[in-house]
Amino acid sequence: MVMQTLKQQIDALAAGQTTSVALVTECLAQIAAHNGQLNALVAVDAEKALAAAAAADAARAAGDTRAMLGVPLIHKDIFCHEGWKTSCGSKMLDNFIAPYSSQVAENCDAAGFVVVGRANMDEFAMGSSNENSFYGPVKNPWDKKAVPGGSSGGSAASVAAGFAAVATGTDTGGSIRQPAAFCGITGIKPTYGIVSRFGMVAYASSLDQGGPMAHTAEDCALMLNVMAGFDERDSTSLEHAKEDYTRDLNAPLSGLKIGLPREYFAEGLNAEIAGAINAAVEQYKALGATIVEISLPNTKLAIPSYYVIAPAEASSNLSRFDGVRYGHRTAKTGNLDDMYEQTRAEGFGTEVKRRIMTGAYVLSHGYYDAYYIKAQKIRRLIANDFQAAFAQCDVIMGPVTPTTAWNIGEKNADPIAVYLEDIYTLGVNLAGLPGMSVPVGFASNGHPIGLQIIGNYFAEAKMLGIAHQYQQVTDWHTKAPQL
Amino acid sequence: MSLSQDDVRRIARLARIAVSDDEVVASQSQLNQLFALIEEMRAVDTDGIEPMAHAQDVMLRLREDAATAPNRRESFQAVAPSVENGLYLVPKVIE
Repeated sequence: MVMQTLKQQIDALAAGQTTSVALVTECLAQIAAHNGQLNALVAVDAEKALAAAAAADAARAAGDTRAMLGVPLIHKDIFCHEGWKTSCGSKMLDNFIAPYSSQVAENCDAAGFVVVGRANMDEFAMGSSNENSFYGPVKNPWDKKAVPGGSSGGSAASVAAGFAAVATGTDTGGSIRQPAAFCGITGIKPTYGIVSRFGMVAYASSLDQGGPMAHTAEDCALMLNVMAGFDERDSTSLEHAKEDYTRDLNAPLSGLKIGLPREYFAEGLNAEIAGAINAAVEQYKALGATIVEISLPNTKLAIPSYYVIAPAEASSNLSRFDGVRYGHRTAKTGNLDDMYEQTRAEGFGTEVKRRIMTGAYVLSHGYYDAYYIKAQKIRRLIANDFQAAFAQCDVIMGPVTPTTAWNIGEKNADPIAVYLEDIYTLGVNLAGLPGMSVPVGFASNGHPIGLQIIGNYFAEAKMLGIAHQYQQVTDWHTKAPQL
Repeated sequence: MSLSQDDVRRIARLARIAVSDDEVVASQSQLNQLFALIEEMRAVDTDGIEPMAHAQDVMLRLREDAATAPNRRESFQAVAPSVENGLYLVPKVIE
């Protein structure tokens, strides 16, 4: 497989060296050859994609110069896109054809992208392995026995496998960064509020954030330019001035202060991951950066805080799936309560039920203050930790995950062990900060390793530049799996 | 704190999710593990800390009280299981 980046595709199209029909045909061939094994996509519409590609080529010939015109794209199955099934990995939405488009899908359509398929995902974005999908687990392209990470595992596996150069993802507790790390690609979770959540099926509203997944930081910057922007239809969308996220790609790193949180290198971190992260940090030192040891003392508390707040919001958001308005409805008859309970028992998977039940409990009378309010106070402490750190450094670096991808089924009996894998990513979501994963090596089992870069609010352009400079002198991001 | 099987049934009822006896047993064990993890928060002194409900301290925006969405009744009803005369038909659930 010859790996192509988004930038290479844009340039080849602009130079007339290829056509959209040719690019889309290549993607469809790669999908036809390998999706059966990987299960990364839940929907492909070859006819629609080829028709859109032909239309894009005709538009280009007529003078349309939009950069993304005719470039193949894969959407995570959480973004409503008019005319596409939007299942969110759930039986509950197995029959749902979106009658409208999310802001992200609208932006991508307006930029000229051609959608070739919809990426599999953990049901309602709840999971860290992509084993919790109604449509079955996604396989990691680097090792088909292993998970690709979740919940954007289908998106990550699709990019790694060459189904498209770029895919959309969402990150509530690490769901862009962790699968990017497990599949050896680059992904960024932006500052909360700069990518619209309108039309993105909600899991935990104060944490969910869409973002791009691609091979390189440069591609992520180009894609973020398309995805980001104020949207009045999302009440949490920030009225932040439109930015060019490619602007700092060539900024020199001399004088950059990198903070290494000691809590991210403590007990529990796989030695091979620690080695790869340290090697990446050494590379940054060679590029002119200086290192500062910092502390994020409440790191461990991110897990309990997240697993109160996210389920609480999920229990509220998913109350709409009751069999009355849309989605699955039980065939069993009974009274109204029975209908609700049977519908939800049949429509939701085990992990979703567990999180809804957790949320219902922590929000219930008598426990609200002890759990929910307490978790929100801890969230403030975690956000304060990051701000104290950013007084000492420009960006924070560390691992994305304590281990590399585990085998499918290995942790099925112990969901709490899977929750603990999110220890380095959850704090970023709780604080609303931007974070990204960059490929920095492989473990001895052949599984990719990701470096996490965390920036202060609205520091996406700076972070993408920092990642791009590393990718100019290393080649981890150019490696492709043998499928 | 440890949840009993009756607690799990009550929580499932609150969440409007039917659970079998086997599911109650499995859920009890896993919820108890999760709440043991959550209990770690209790030891932290959070007196005087303002709860953080949202990642950004922003005020909800106001807008003109004017209709902005177009009427898309037909496309929205096209995905409904059953429609008649522009109305959604639902199964009878109340005797």
